[in-house]
Amino acid sequence: MLMLGMILRRVCGGLLTLLVVSVVVFVGASILPGDATEAILGQSASPEAVAGLRQALGLDLPAPERYLRWLAGLLTGDPGISLINRMPIGQLIGPRLTNSLFLAALTAAVAVPLALLLGVTSAIWRGTAYDRVTNITAVSLVSVPEFLLATIGVILFAVQLRWASAMATPVVDSLGGALRTLALPVLTLSFGIMAQMVRMTRAALLGVLDSSYIEMARLKGVRPARLVLRHALPNAAGPIANAVALNLSSLLGGVIIVEVIFSYPGLAKLAVDAVETRDMPLVQACAMIFCAAFMILVLAADLCSILSNPRLRVR
Amino acid sequence: MSAAAPITAPRRRIPAAVQIGIALVLFWATLAAFGPYLAPYSAGYVVNAGPFAPMSTAYPLGTDYLGRDMLSRILHGARYTVGVALLATVLACLAGTTLGLLAAVRRGWIDALISRAADALISIPHLMFALVVVAAFGTSLPVLVLMAAVSYVPGSFRISRALALDINAMDFIQVARARGEGTAYILREEILPNMLFPVMTDLGLRFVFVVLLLSGLSFLGLGIQPPNADWGALVRENIVGIYEAAPAVVVPAVAIAILTIGITLLIDGLSGSNHEIVR
Repeated sequence: MLMLGMILRRVCGGLLTLLVVSVVVFVGASILPGDATEAILGQSASPEAVAGLRQALGLDLPAPERYLRWLAGLLTGDPGISLINRMPIGQLIGPRLTNSLFLAALTAAVAVPLALLLGVTSAIWRGTAYDRVTNITAVSLVSVPEFLLATIGVILFAVQLRWASAMATPVVDSLGGALRTLALPVLTLSFGIMAQMVRMTRAALLGVLDSSYIEMARLKGVRPARLVLRHALPNAAGPIANAVALNLSSLLGGVIIVEVIFSYPGLAKLAVDAVETRDMPLVQACAMIFCAAFMILVLAADLCSILSNPRLRVR
Repeated sequence: MSAAAPITAPRRRIPAAVQIGIALVLFWATLAAFGPYLAPYSAGYVVNAGPFAPMSTAYPLGTDYLGRDMLSRILHGARYTVGVALLATVLACLAGTTLGLLAAVRRGWIDALISRAADALISIPHLMFALVVVAAFGTSLPVLVLMAAVSYVPGSFRISRALALDINAMDFIQVARARGEGTAYILREEILPNMLFPVMTDLGLRFVFVVLLLSGLSFLGLGIQPPNADWGALVRENIVGIYEAAPAVVVPAVAIAILTIGITLLIDGLSGSNHEIVR
């Protein structure tokens, strides 16, 4: 019961935060003088046309009412109409979101197992050259901009070796084709999120390895690999799952850069294009989806640490 | 926090990673301060080598898409990349630390209010926040600085609040209270000095993230606008050179990476390697 209560509280807290975020996004995007009508009609439009369009778009309503309408629209899957190409935003976003989720899922499928492997092995071989090289590489990768990894990847594998394509598409016809078009973006994204996961996995394991029951097992003569995998790993699983979920959220920043570099038709590319054309309703909708995704991952991280805490599992 | 070291710990040699970090930081600080005076050409001068020239003795980093000397472009851009990010980081940390101290000392509704606001702000991915701000307010320099600063205030706030709460619960604070010291004295003389080191290392890490955020934004074409260019913008404007493997594309990105890696190594070495890096 204790655990259920905690989970419920976290979920409610998350929803509440998301509500505050929606206010921030709405206010931030509509605070400026000169509204959407000016963007659509230009500055030389007649006052009647402006007034008519304002009414049609609901811009003559007071701001709190507009906010509530916008929020209701978001929740019912109708976030309004794009200012630029006059399409319903839901239709614009739908396929883009699928594409982005596809890219993110592929990245997670590559990055998470690899990061766990590297983190666990460097904890097993703590203090060795392997451990130190892994750590320094991870620290360095955390602080490298994604576009450096991407440009080096393109120059090496697309321009020089001609193994991969510099453009990415979500269309997968064969395994070879998928490798050609998706390997570079997926690898670029993976490097960015793996670095943190490796470090945090290692740190979580080392935290457990320093406890006295491990010392006991070691004194009994348990081999290092068995010590880590059988004795320490189960107890470190919670913090590690927590680290994985948290670091997947940094995917949301990386995906913006990567989709633009590889011209991948995803949600982030749509958002950047919308910013360039100052299509505010579209920017707002994309921003809310990103924030919701972020919230889900942070919540998942929280839940991992709650669920893995045996002290909360009683009754 | 790492385990407490014995007070009489023997002085150890500074680790190699920290030495490299210090050297890199000093190097870039010099470039940011004196870059424009060291540059062989002005930022807009087209040299006589054609576009996307390879590295040579005359033009050590090659030329860009218009045939301008890349070394000069980098040196002129250093001020934007390092200076703007430093300004934003210092603003963020000043505001974050002040709010953190306020929340930790006052508690009550002030603490609750600031903490909730920080929670909301921290759940907007930084680059997404930047996109919304730029879409609404444009890309002028003050907007960029403020946006980056606001974006990183919550992180700084959380850390200083947690630190101040920890210190506030310690015995020597009780002693000071019992001596009859006022809140201002306790803040200034007891709490602040004890949290200075972690706050400074946090500032360093935050600086790295601000550099990455701003250069990422410039790379998207939504940061510092031409004719000015930071290193992210330099990558963007030369991106077509990628098909000729021109140094002009890679050099500015590598410059950013060396700067950020240098600082991260320095801080990682100073604060022990098991801490988390939370954007």
